[in-house]
Amino acid sequence: MNLQNILSEIEKTDPEVYDRLDTRRDAMKSFAKTSGRIALAAIPFALGSMFQKASASPTGPSDIIIDTLNFALTLEYLESNFYIMAVASGIIPSGDSLNALTIIRDHENEHVNFLKTAITAAGATPVSFTAASFDFTAKGTFPNVFSDYGTLLAVAQTFEDTGVRAYKGQAPNLISNNAYLTAALQIHSVEARHAAHLREMRKAANLLVPAGVNVKPWITLNQSGIATSAVQASYNGEENVTQAGIAITNIGGFNISAAAASEAFDEPLTKDQITAIVTPFFA
Amino acid sequence: MPIKTKEDQPGFIEGMAKPVSRRNFFGIMGAGTAIMVAGASCHKVIYGNHGKGNGNHGINLGSGDIGILNYAYALEQLEAAFYTKIISSPYKNISWMEKAYLTDIRDHEIAHREFFKAALSSMAIPALEVNFSSIDFSDRTSVLGTAKAFEDLGVSAYNGAGQLITNPDYLTIAGKIVSVEARHAAWIRDMIMMNSFADSTVLDMNGLDVERKPNDVLAIAGTYLKSKLDASNLPTN
Repeated sequence: MNLQNILSEIEKTDPEVYDRLDTRRDAMKSFAKTSGRIALAAIPFALGSMFQKASASPTGPSDIIIDTLNFALTLEYLESNFYIMAVASGIIPSGDSLNALTIIRDHENEHVNFLKTAITAAGATPVSFTAASFDFTAKGTFPNVFSDYGTLLAVAQTFEDTGVRAYKGQAPNLISNNAYLTAALQIHSVEARHAAHLREMRKAANLLVPAGVNVKPWITLNQSGIATSAVQASYNGEENVTQAGIAITNIGGFNISAAAASEAFDEPLTKDQITAIVTPFFA
Repeated sequence: MPIKTKEDQPGFIEGMAKPVSRRNFFGIMGAGTAIMVAGASCHKVIYGNHGKGNGNHGINLGSGDIGILNYAYALEQLEAAFYTKIISSPYKNISWMEKAYLTDIRDHEIAHREFFKAALSSMAIPALEVNFSSIDFSDRTSVLGTAKAFEDLGVSAYNGAGQLITNPDYLTIAGKIVSVEARHAAWIRDMIMMNSFADSTVLDMNGLDVERKPNDVLAIAGTYLKSKLDASNLPTN
C-alpha cells in the first residue's frame, strides 16, 4: 500500500502536516490495529478524514496532477459501474466466469475509493458519478450489453485494454510526484491483468470474431476480435513495431515477427483519444 | 552474438551524448533534450567500468536513468534466457496452447532485451550469466511456478522503478513494457490456478499491484544469476 509514500510526499511539501494531525506514529498505529482484508477496506474512508485535516497544505500537488487523478477516477467510475451492472445482469455463467467478473468489479471499486481518497488528501475535490451517469449501450452501439454475454465481454475487454492505454498515456503527467505516479502504475498493471483475463475468457467461450481471429492475452497488431468497428479506436496504434526509433521486428538478428513485436509493447493513448472513446458511454 | 557498434545503430541513450544521431529518438522530445545531454555526460564518468565487472562488487549498472534502463535490461536478460530454455526443452506433456503462448512470451522478452541492448548501445551492461539450477525444466509445476515468480517480479520492478526515472520518454517506454509483463503474469497465473490472475498475493486492499525497489528485486533475481550486479549507483528516489 502507498500510504507510507503518500504520507512522505505530504510531509515533504508540507512539513507542518503532523502538527495538524496528531503524530505520524499515532496515525499509523490506529491502522496497524486492524488486520485482514475486510477490516482494512475501511482505511480509505479513515484516510480521507485524516487527510482533510492536512489539506490546508500551502504547496499541494499541481493542477495537472489533480486533473490527471480525476481523469483516472472518471475512468474507474465507468468501469466500476459497468461491472456492478454486469455482475447483476444474471447472464454471466456461474462459476469461474461470474467469479472473474466479480473479482474485477471489486478491484475497480477499490480503485474508485483509492483515487477519491488520494484526491481528497491532496486538498482537491474528486469528481463524482452514479449509475445514472452512464449509458453502457454507448448510445445504441451495444444494445444488448447486459443481455448478451458476448457483447458484455467484448465491452469489458475494450474497457480494460483502453484503461491500460489511458494510464500509460497519463503517467508522464505524474512524473513530478513519486507517490501518485507509483500508485497510478500500480493500477495500470492491474488493468492489464484484467485485460489479459477477459481476453482469455472471450477465447475460451468461442466469442471471437471474425472467425479465425486469435485473440491472446496480449494485443496482436491492432486486432480486437470484436465484431463492431466501434471499438477500433481502442486498438489502433497497437500495431506499432518501432520503439524509440528502433525496429523491433527481427531485432538483433532474432526471429521476431511483426505480430510478436507489436505484442511485446503496449501503446499509450492521449487524454483526448481516451475521452473520444469513452464519451458515448456517458449518458 | 555480435555486439553492435555505434556505427551500426546509434542507441537512443547514446544519442544524447552524440548530437549527430540525437534526432533519432530525441527529435520528438523538444525542450528537455539539452538537459539530458548534460546528464548523459555525467553518467559516462561513472559508467566507465561496466564491461569488466567491478572487483568484488559485480557489474555496475550505472547511475541515473541509464542505471534504471540497465537494471531493466538485466531483468529482461534473465526472463529471455528462462523462456528460451523452456522452448528449447519443453516440460513433459506441454499442451499445444501452452507451448504456443510460452513461445510468444519468449519472443516478447527477447524483443525487450534486444531493445534495451540497442537503446543503451555502448552504455549497456554485458550479457549476464544465468543460474537456473533450482528449476526443473522437465516439470510443468516448476516451470510455471518460476514463470509466475519472474513475471510478478518484473511487474513489481517496473512499478517501483517508474518513480526513479526522470525522463518522461523512458517512463513511457517502461509503461509500454510493464503492461505486457502483467498480461504474461495473468495468463501464467491462470494456467496454474484459474482466476488467480490478480489475487491477493499481488494486490493490496486498494486494488494496487506490487511495487518493489531495485535492491529488493535484485535480491530475488540474484538467485538466478551467476553474474553479480552492482546497483549501488542507482537512484533511490
